[in-house]
Amino acid sequence: MKKITLPKLQNENLDEEIVKDSVFKKFFLEVYSLTIFTLHFFREVFKPPYEFNELMKQTFLIGYKSFPLVIITGFIIGLVLTIQSRPTLANFGAESWLPAMVAVSIIREIGPVITSLIFAGKVGSGIGAELASMNVTQQIDAMQVSDTNPFKYLVVTRVVAATFMLPVLVVFADMVGLLGSFVGVNLKGDVSLHLFFAQIFQSLDFNDLFPAFIKTFFFGFAIGLIGSYKGYYSNKGTEGVGKAANSSVVFASLMVFIIDMIAVQITSLYQN
Amino acid sequence: MSTQVQKNIVSEIEDQTGPVLVMEHLKKSFGNNHVLRDINLVINKGENVVVLGKSGTGKSVLIKCIVGLDEPDDGKLFIFGQDISELDEDELIDIRRKIGFLFQSGALYDSMTVRENLEFPLRRQLHSISKDEIFSLVKEALKNVGLDEAIDKTPSELSGGMRKRLGLARTLILKPSIMLYDEPTTGLDPITSKEISKLILKVQEKYNTSSIIITHDIDCAKITANRIIVIKEGICAAEGTYSELEKSEDPWIRSFFE
Ligand SMILES: Nc1ncnc2c1ncn2[C@@H]1O[C@H](COP(=O)(O)OP(=O)(O)OP(=O)(O)O)[C@@H](O)[C@H]1O
Ligand SMILES: [Mg+2]
Repeated sequence: MKKITLPKLQNENLDEEIVKDSVFKKFFLEVYSLTIFTLHFFREVFKPPYEFNELMKQTFLIGYKSFPLVIITGFIIGLVLTIQSRPTLANFGAESWLPAMVAVSIIREIGPVITSLIFAGKVGSGIGAELASMNVTQQIDAMQVSDTNPFKYLVVTRVVAATFMLPVLVVFADMVGLLGSFVGVNLKGDVSLHLFFAQIFQSLDFNDLFPAFIKTFFFGFAIGLIGSYKGYYSNKGTEGVGKAANSSVVFASLMVFIIDMIAVQITSLYQN
Repeated sequence: MSTQVQKNIVSEIEDQTGPVLVMEHLKKSFGNNHVLRDINLVINKGENVVVLGKSGTGKSVLIKCIVGLDEPDDGKLFIFGQDISELDEDELIDIRRKIGFLFQSGALYDSMTVRENLEFPLRRQLHSISKDEIFSLVKEALKNVGLDEAIDKTPSELSGGMRKRLGLARTLILKPSIMLYDEPTTGLDPITSKEISKLILKVQEKYNTSSIIITHDIDCAKITANRIIVIKEGICAAEGTYSELEKSEDPWIRSFFE
């Protein structure tokens, strides 16, 4: 059954203490409350009732809002990377490796990371600002007295939506990035589309695709979670909204790099 | 299970003749800030009780304790004769369904239209309700507060007074037995304030609701109150009808009525 009383972090009290404390302590307090928030997420996510309609709506909105941006940047990155890499490879007389090299860097690293950073800027800050303003204007309280578990309705749906939408966006970004690379290759050369992709697929294997795809779920999860956390526990006040949006982006972007580093360590254990 | 409980409690509400809400020695602190020290309060069926008190005395906290948005540290709270602390979660939800809460800021859902704002509590609390029923309830609620035209607008397109009325409509749509109004007229011009006050009175008469009305607006208190309670330093410092308190010996109490 639905829960009416939720554990609310007494952030207003916490904040006063934080101001007096060192940056170090502040950091650990933040990590601590984010951990609690994450645990709470896992407690709620599998427990019925499921907010299916809201989940669908959020998934659509999150994908729809960031799709154009992701496509444009993906194309440009592919194009620019190709143009920039050509001279170096040409020095070694290895110009024919251009498609393969660019494809590997896009799919392994640049596609997922750049897309995630854009996603953090667009979706993470959006979630942070939206929940913070709902918090300030007591909309979250109003949901609670309307028999709705606001954590489930607002947080769980957004985090799940972000977790599953980001990988989809990354796949699109990768594909468009390769297309951009194809254009880049043909600015100063002549490679047919068929040959281009034949070269790429020859150089790519499961070890490139699979870990790169899996890590994007973690990126999406982290971005959705941090945005929700910052918004849900923002300070009551209008300045809290801006702060929540801003720190969502900063914190989520940092998290993307940290997860990426861990992912690379783990995959390199398995390769050779 | 849930429907069974609901039936029991709802039938108890119908039978109820005594007080619908009783607070005994209620206490609530935030850190060292002892907001509510010892609140004793009785609300009878069909009664409008106005709560006065200076800003920051804990009036909002008081009614938040009733719906569970704040948790009292100590003391007892009886709603429809039931001790809240002895109820399980399902029973609590069923009881709270009968309580309407008008937020100080309106707390309208910005991302939804006026209509969706009104549909939200209906869909969330009355699960087996048809589309037609929802629509007719929404229509009725909007008509009650005179907002028929605004059905497809978003809250940001409404004026302050319209927002207040929408908040009121959203709270009233479930026909609660107990209404908690947090400053229903603050920030409105005297004429609109008067309209809202009359609306509160109309609700009381039409649905026989019992209400707590927090306000700084003494005209609103005059129109709506059957009884007035003044809160000072975390306790109920004075209690009486409007005319009694107006003539009080205590200059501090009289100061509210000037
Ligand atoms: N969640 C909270 N955390 C910490 N302190 C709080 C919290 N909610 C309320 N307070 C404190 O409790 C006191 C009473 O607040 P409350 O909002 O009930 O005042 P009020 O009587 O409604 O005032 P107003 O007439 O201005 O609305 C204030 O000092 C406020 O700082
Ligand atoms: Mg208040």
